Amino acid sequence: MERTLLDFWVGLFVAAGLAALFALALKVSNADSFGGGAGYTVTASFDNIGGLKVRAPVKSAGVLVGRVSDIRFDNKTYNAVVTLRLDSKYQFPRDTSAAIMTSGLLGEQYLALEPGADERNLKQGDAIRITQSAVVLENLISQFLYNKASDASSSSPEDAQHPGAKP
Amino acid sequence: MKANVISRLGRTTLDSIGRLGVASRFLMMILTRSATSWRRFGLIVREIYSSGVLSLVIILVSGLFVGMVLGLQGYQTLETYGSAESLGVLVALSLVRELGPVVAALLFASRAGSAITAEVGLMKTTEQLQAMEMMAVDPIARIIAPRFWGGVISMPLLAAIFSITGIYGGYMIGVRLLGIDDGAFWSQMQSAVDFREDIVNGVIKSGVFGFAVTTIALFEGYDAVPTAEGISRATTRTVVTSSLAILALDFILTAFMFRG
Repeated sequence: MERTLLDFWVGLFVAAGLAALFALALKVSNADSFGGGAGYTVTASFDNIGGLKVRAPVKSAGVLVGRVSDIRFDNKTYNAVVTLRLDSKYQFPRDTSAAIMTSGLLGEQYLALEPGADERNLKQGDAIRITQSAVVLENLISQFLYNKASDASSSSPEDAQHPGAKP
Repeated sequence: MKANVISRLGRTTLDSIGRLGVASRFLMMILTRSATSWRRFGLIVREIYSSGVLSLVIILVSGLFVGMVLGLQGYQTLETYGSAESLGVLVALSLVRELGPVVAALLFASRAGSAITAEVGLMKTTEQLQAMEMMAVDPIARIIAPRFWGGVISMPLLAAIFSITGIYGGYMIGVRLLGIDDGAFWSQMQSAVDFREDIVNGVIKSGVFGFAVTTIALFEGYDAVPTAEGISRATTRTVVTSSLAILALDFILTAFMFRG
């Protein structure tokens, strides 16, 4: 009698532990999405990827269609080559363009795909030709300051000595 | 006087290196002789009961409270940046990666590890282990190995239960009490927590901790000085050594697993 009661408690404990693991897998993590399932990879090269990271989401029209699987630096073209793993449920034309966007003002960066109009679709190993790099905040600010400075110099030549000193 | 201090230092060092060697031999002995105890699985079930099932209450209660504290603290910080919805990510990642395995292992060391040491130490003091050897029963296979496997099996299950209770505690505080959106809490958590990167690594961590804690507890008990004082010292040493081992191993494992 004591024996079976002990077995019962141990069985209950093991079942609770396994149930907790299942709950962690299904409710807490993304075990069901892109878990090494069917998919195909394409590459895209960018001048600058900003803060894009491996496993960043790939979205089209805001829907998650894949993830960034690899980022490396090409030593011949001096570009960043990003490998995307797309779910095989989603097919894109061959002239699809890729852009690096930011979700929110300071949020994480993701890769947005804008479908083109080609008849043929992207296949495993294809490269996306049209790409748009990440917006680097410093470049944006310096461009803005340059424009301001050139505006100022056309109106009053003295200020041209100190570009960006005064807006 | 000075030479005395230096020679004592040398002896302590040599002693501890020797103990480490004996402990490694002891571990090898457990691993090679545990085939018999797997054949008599009832022995392991009994040890899972005493180290796993009996630790369940403390694991559940402290998991719930750790999760609730994470919920409160995380909410206050995230609220300043207007991203209180990420509370689910914060609670889940900190529990699954670090707090679940580590705190569960620390509790396991002080709840089950000390009990194992005291039990084995008392068996040695009352010469039960020698009596077994006289009857041609191998005490390693009959007493030590079942306790070892019981601890190694229980630990990952306890850590998983700890994590899920903690996440539920964070959910109660964040969603029920502080009014974060229910859907955002779970969906942000699901998009940030990866099964292979986070959950499997957490399970591996807790398995390693279970292995370390039970080995230390069994060795301290088996190696205890067979007196009342010796058992009390061995029990203290078990808790101290296994806590330090857990924290050091956690650093090493984290450095390997989550570099990216």
